[in-house]
Amino acid sequence: MLWILLALIFLGLLGYVLGRQRAVASASGDVRELHSLPNYYGLNVTLLTLVPALLVLGLWLIVQPIIVERTVAGQIPASFMEQVENPTLLMTEVRRLAGGIETAIERGFLNVEDAANLASDTDIRAQLAEAGVALGADVSTEVLAAAQDFRAMNATGATWMLIVVFALAFAGLAYSYVRTHKDLRARNRVEYAILSILMIASTLAILTTVGIVLSMLWDTRNFFQLYPWQDFFFGLEWRPSFEGGSELGLIPLLWGTLYISLIALLVAVPIGLFAAIYMAEYATKRVRSVAKPLIEVLAGIPTIVYGLFALITVGPMLRDYFAQPLGLGDSSSSVMTAGIVMGIMLIPFVSSLSDDIINSVPQTLRDGSYGLGATQSETVKQVILPAALPGIVGAVLLAASRAIGETMIVVLGAGAAARLDLNPFEAMTTVTVKIVGQLTGDTDFSSPEALVAFALGLTLFVITLGLNIFALYIVRKYREQYD
Amino acid sequence: MEDGNVNDMSGIDQGVAVTGTKMKARGVDVFYGDNHAIKEVDVDIADKTVTAFIGPSGCGKSTFLRVLNRMNDTIDICRVEGDVTLEGEDIYDPKVDPVQLRAKVGMVFQKPNPFPKSIFDNVAYGPRIHGLSRNKSDLEEIVEKSLRRAALWDEVKDRLNAPGTGLSGGQQQRLCIARAVATSPEVLLMDEPCSALDPIATAQVEELIDELRSRFSVVIVTHSMQQAARVSQKTAFFHLGNLVEFDDTDTIFTNPSDPRTESYITGRIG
Repeated sequence: MLWILLALIFLGLLGYVLGRQRAVASASGDVRELHSLPNYYGLNVTLLTLVPALLVLGLWLIVQPIIVERTVAGQIPASFMEQVENPTLLMTEVRRLAGGIETAIERGFLNVEDAANLASDTDIRAQLAEAGVALGADVSTEVLAAAQDFRAMNATGATWMLIVVFALAFAGLAYSYVRTHKDLRARNRVEYAILSILMIASTLAILTTVGIVLSMLWDTRNFFQLYPWQDFFFGLEWRPSFEGGSELGLIPLLWGTLYISLIALLVAVPIGLFAAIYMAEYATKRVRSVAKPLIEVLAGIPTIVYGLFALITVGPMLRDYFAQPLGLGDSSSSVMTAGIVMGIMLIPFVSSLSDDIINSVPQTLRDGSYGLGATQSETVKQVILPAALPGIVGAVLLAASRAIGETMIVVLGAGAAARLDLNPFEAMTTVTVKIVGQLTGDTDFSSPEALVAFALGLTLFVITLGLNIFALYIVRKYREQYD
Repeated sequence: MEDGNVNDMSGIDQGVAVTGTKMKARGVDVFYGDNHAIKEVDVDIADKTVTAFIGPSGCGKSTFLRVLNRMNDTIDICRVEGDVTLEGEDIYDPKVDPVQLRAKVGMVFQKPNPFPKSIFDNVAYGPRIHGLSRNKSDLEEIVEKSLRRAALWDEVKDRLNAPGTGLSGGQQQRLCIARAVATSPEVLLMDEPCSALDPIATAQVEELIDELRSRFSVVIVTHSMQQAARVSQKTAFFHLGNLVEFDDTDTIFTNPSDPRTESYITGRIG
């Protein structure tokens, strides 16, 4: 693999030098005659040499294994398939055997002919074990045949890949070299190529999101085949049990998530916003230069440290001074604990973003208001905050998505008991905590207890997506009115 | 420093409110940090008159304008010395609330700066914060009167709830004038109110300034000497922080007594 890349890069460099030379020569050495700077002619050749070849190489590497696997799987006799208890594991076995044979050849325990003539009646497992490859089970004839097919097809594929990739590289090099002439608009071509690269980069980001959603959708679908969706979305109980008969209701988790997030926002939004107003409008330069970085330090603290703070300080304090005297419970992990600590974590998000937004409100608006005899506080309330509102809403919703996705503070602050309760001094838990819970330890990915994690994840994704869309809507609505 | 006739006359009864003189500045110095921006300026702003401040960029005319309603207070490093009186009362007296003062000495800025609110709320802003209306219909009346006075009523009466920022540049500037007029100030300061406007909008605003003169005393800073000649009755020429000449507009433009003024208005300096 590596040498293919190196060879391609070498070809690209060669193309650069050749293209540049040819362009300069076509202008009989006078660079001013060229349509573009000489470098662009070189780059143009390099790009045409490398880009198609690399694209095909990448595509080939993705597509070949899929095709090979399909074909090999199709060639395994159906009668044999029926005997095997777990058909999905069969392909793994084939792949493992094929890989093992390759490794053995590489390490010199088998030569190529021996490898081709391996028979299932000899003890392949022992032979390969000698070469340091461990196989899970004895090799059957059908698996061996499939593995040999697999190897053969991969080898042919690799050969063809080399031929095609280098043919493309050479073709690109030759074509662009011949086309290089002093009137060629090399600069425009190179810039177009760069534009395409930028476009591909942004497309990749979008495609990744789509990919994540699709993979979650797949497992979520599997989950809903094992567990009725009504019971998931409307179930009021969360009692997973790996022996079966679990109740996997979303409502208690969702309630915990929203309740804790609400308390966190109730803490973070006023404090953060007021801090931002003070920083942006009232604080002197010196205070600001000290206080702003200090507030932002809060954003740098890992959430697990906040969790510890919740566990050993805030939780017991709330229990001893509020919950117990008021008779509201005696649990040190509670919605209140997690909510308050999470709120503290979110303060810098709200304050820092709001501060930037308030600062970006034009000074002319402030002058206009002062010029009419408004006080500073009237100006802040009636002119600056309305003008900054879309941005502030954005900041708050960003904080909300952070709150909904937060895990560590909840585990340590609110506990892991799924409960549907109004009392903020009771332990509750959130969706994220349960996703971690369901996927920790021994998990069987065919049981609803594990697969429910994907359904939870997707639900969370949809909620945050909805929140973001709502934020965009709000921002746009006020933009229309205010800009 | 060359003083005009009017200046000499009012100089006699310094400290006493003279009929016809709204604001009086005596020996005003302004410093930005170490920079001496305004040097010993004496100016009288007459009532129901348009006074124009002209001069090359950086001569201190805008700074001096901002002295008159203490807008310089919002700049930390700015320091003002000397006496400025409004109707005989020292506006830099510690007893004076700058916020109250600015309600009496309104200001319109260079760039139209409507608030991100509806047209109605923009105009109602001042009356609301100063409690100038008894009830809603009172407020509506003030808004209508102010918009009429700013010659904007006919253009916006059907869309008072539309955002003020959606108006054209000239309309926005007239909205800002209406907003300043709505607090019924005694003096209206205008800092190059037409510099961001096209010629048609400029003509509208100039016409408006002429009408406003019947009720307020107007002080306008302008770069355009033609504008000063068109709209003002009194003109002050500033140069490098000094008040070079202050006289009737006609005198300044036809028969200036200081050679620097003549150089400026004939285009040789500035």
